[in-house]
Amino acid sequence: MTLSSQPADDAEPLAKPIVSLKSVTKRFPGIVANDSISIDFFPGEVHVLLGENGAGKSTLVSMLSGLQQPSEGSIAVDGTEMPIASPQKALSLGIGTVFQHSMLVPSLTLIDNVNLGGSWWKTPDREAIAKRMEETALSIGVEVNPAAITSSLSLGEQQQAEIVRALMRGSRFLILDEATAMLTPKDAEKLGQLMRRLVAQGLAVIFITHKLNEAVAYGDRISVLRLGRKVGALGPDELKSLGPEAATKEIIRLMFGSNGNQAAETTRAAGSARPLVTATDPLLEILALEVDDDSVPVTGIELKIGAGEIVGIAGIDGNGQKQLSEALAGQRPVKNGRIYLDGQPIEDLPIGARRHRGLRYVTDDRLGEGTVGAFPVSINLLLKQIGEAPFWRSGIEQGGAIAENARKQVKDYDIRTPDIETPAGKLSGGNIQKLLLARELTGSARAVIFAKPTYGLDLNNIAASRRRIREAADGGKAVIVLSTELDELIELSDRIAVMSQGRIVGIVENDGDARQKIGEFMSGVAA
Amino acid sequence: MTLLTAAFLTALLAGAITAGIPLLLAGLGEQLSEKTGVLNIGIEGMMLAGAYLGFLVAWKTDSVFLGFVGGAGGGMLVAAIMALLCVRFGLNQIVIGIALTLGAEGATAMLHYFQFAQTYPRLGAISSLPIPLLADIPVLGPALFNRPPIVYIALLLVAVFAYVYRKTYWGIALQAAGDKPAALDSSGVSVLGIRSVAVLLTGALVGLGGGFMAIVGAGIFVPFMTNGNGFIGIVLAMLARGRPLWVLGGAALFGACLSLTTALQVAGVDIPTDVIQMLPFAAVMGVLVMLGRKANLPSALGAAYVRGAR
Repeated sequence: MTLSSQPADDAEPLAKPIVSLKSVTKRFPGIVANDSISIDFFPGEVHVLLGENGAGKSTLVSMLSGLQQPSEGSIAVDGTEMPIASPQKALSLGIGTVFQHSMLVPSLTLIDNVNLGGSWWKTPDREAIAKRMEETALSIGVEVNPAAITSSLSLGEQQQAEIVRALMRGSRFLILDEATAMLTPKDAEKLGQLMRRLVAQGLAVIFITHKLNEAVAYGDRISVLRLGRKVGALGPDELKSLGPEAATKEIIRLMFGSNGNQAAETTRAAGSARPLVTATDPLLEILALEVDDDSVPVTGIELKIGAGEIVGIAGIDGNGQKQLSEALAGQRPVKNGRIYLDGQPIEDLPIGARRHRGLRYVTDDRLGEGTVGAFPVSINLLLKQIGEAPFWRSGIEQGGAIAENARKQVKDYDIRTPDIETPAGKLSGGNIQKLLLARELTGSARAVIFAKPTYGLDLNNIAASRRRIREAADGGKAVIVLSTELDELIELSDRIAVMSQGRIVGIVENDGDARQKIGEFMSGVAA
Repeated sequence: MTLLTAAFLTALLAGAITAGIPLLLAGLGEQLSEKTGVLNIGIEGMMLAGAYLGFLVAWKTDSVFLGFVGGAGGGMLVAAIMALLCVRFGLNQIVIGIALTLGAEGATAMLHYFQFAQTYPRLGAISSLPIPLLADIPVLGPALFNRPPIVYIALLLVAVFAYVYRKTYWGIALQAAGDKPAALDSSGVSVLGIRSVAVLLTGALVGLGGGFMAIVGAGIFVPFMTNGNGFIGIVLAMLARGRPLWVLGGAALFGACLSLTTALQVAGVDIPTDVIQMLPFAAVMGVLVMLGRKANLPSALGAAYVRGAR
């Protein structure tokens, strides 16, 4: 894929970047979304920004497109530092953005969507715009129907229309934010080819994705973000000399890091003293499970989890993990397939009945569906048992029993709260997680599903959560851990299943080279 | 049926127009706000403010024209508060809307008490502007084409809005502000600006409707005289799904119901007056049950726009 407009390798430092980020930092209350990031974007290149969810890609995009301002650092356009104060300013600088979620008005035609920025007192010349739109589309080799109502088009078609619109507005710096995330594989490939044609015309394209194979296939230059920091970059010459396979390996190393390894290795060693589970009768068995969903339907899930076994489910966020865990917990109807707990089918049982059988779900949405923030800790600890004896009798609250239960759990699970009557919403994230763990792990738990159990927690609470998970398995429970953190799964799991687009694309034993195999399954290389 | 005489029909139709014009203006105004994503519950209050100020100005200046200007101004005054609080500061549109309605009811009732409660001043009959030839058609002529100019203007507004919504950049921007404000913002158009202007214009239209009730309809201002007309306007806007012509149809239907109420009472039909007075509201509920399900409203309706929030 050599392109005439691409700078020759040795001349590269001389090429002038269109846009440069100079140690840009963006803080939100409580988190640093971007931490002193410096990146140059060159014309004639597809520059891939890679990173997991929460790595800070979207924040970077919103600063480039004028939706947000950096807290520190600056952005230079054509070598001149200037604030991109508004979306309008970004457009006038030639920065066009195609957001992950369509920025077309669904009830308007494509023509009128192009017209969005027009002076209000004028009447649009729809025919001329339609003509110009068709010409622009033709020049980059795509087809659009300008008169179509936007909502009648597929996501791929809408995206092409957005790119055409950006070009019609004079964009020379095109940001495609998670552009392939919602597309079918075929549409994604078309988009990839379109990106190549755009840079061949001298545009700069930023392509944000978390799919490694796409990054390697379409990118000229790759920057990897992790937890808000730029952790590495591959230039055009490196990418070429490495070849797709070696480049993928290098990117996996950058994305998932190797720093956590040592800790993982040691705990793993301690953990493996636990007798590895041999194939006894599975405690929790999932057969050919299908779950309906508009964006990510889940199909063909087969998993058997024995007593005392931890099965990790890896995958990029949004590949059906939430749908699967909710279906298991009973919060979402099962379309097809069976779920057995202790040999009994439970797929038709409601949430409460599954809980009584011993199925527990520790949600990752701790403040949303996990707790009622305004309720005291004591009631939140019983949220799934409201109305049940001994805490309620004939519908009357039994204050003594509730308080006793709360005091015991607060002590056992080391929940740091001023008082058992403190509203749960006032606790820190780590203590809310402890509250959830206390609620879900006590009593007659048989099988426990943990969704992103350490998401957003600090180191101590991460360690505490992981210890609880291990203890649960040691106590003979069947455990599923869904996580986007590979290190965590490698530390905890006996086996790791990889989910992609609603399916389990592979299951690996957690031995020495699990990390590499999982990375390949995730990126679609091995699939 | 001795009821269906030409005189009765003329009176019925003329009454439908008189009752329907405020509904039409309220419906068109609400439609404009809702298109941009602002659920304007405050139009009842804007209407009442328009009725009060319209009457006051018309009475003091002895000018019907200035009266209508005052009516539109009264509506805009209340609308300005709504634009400031709901659009600029992003406060809850329903709470503020209800507060504005209650506030306007209280304020105008109090002003009425101090200014008019002793004397109950009345305006003279409004001179009408017969349209040549058309005014001579039996029944339709006197009811439709021999009316004050404001009636023609209100009807003309239907066409104006139909044109604006379909043919202008502004119409596109209005719809985008209600359906996908982020898309409009990223195209470099101020969502808050578009919404503020729409709410202010809503105030002017609705205030004009209120002024019509006081100046043309009643010739007098009494507290709470808008009597739910603003709320019926909200229903009309929701049923019309963004189309001005549908607002006209709805306003005609409900206006006819209101007019029928009076006509039946005058004709001495042997039905309890309470039942007759229920008619327009029963019609609202009936139409809602039949069509309400299909009311597809702008997706950002009722939500304040904050840049970058998802």
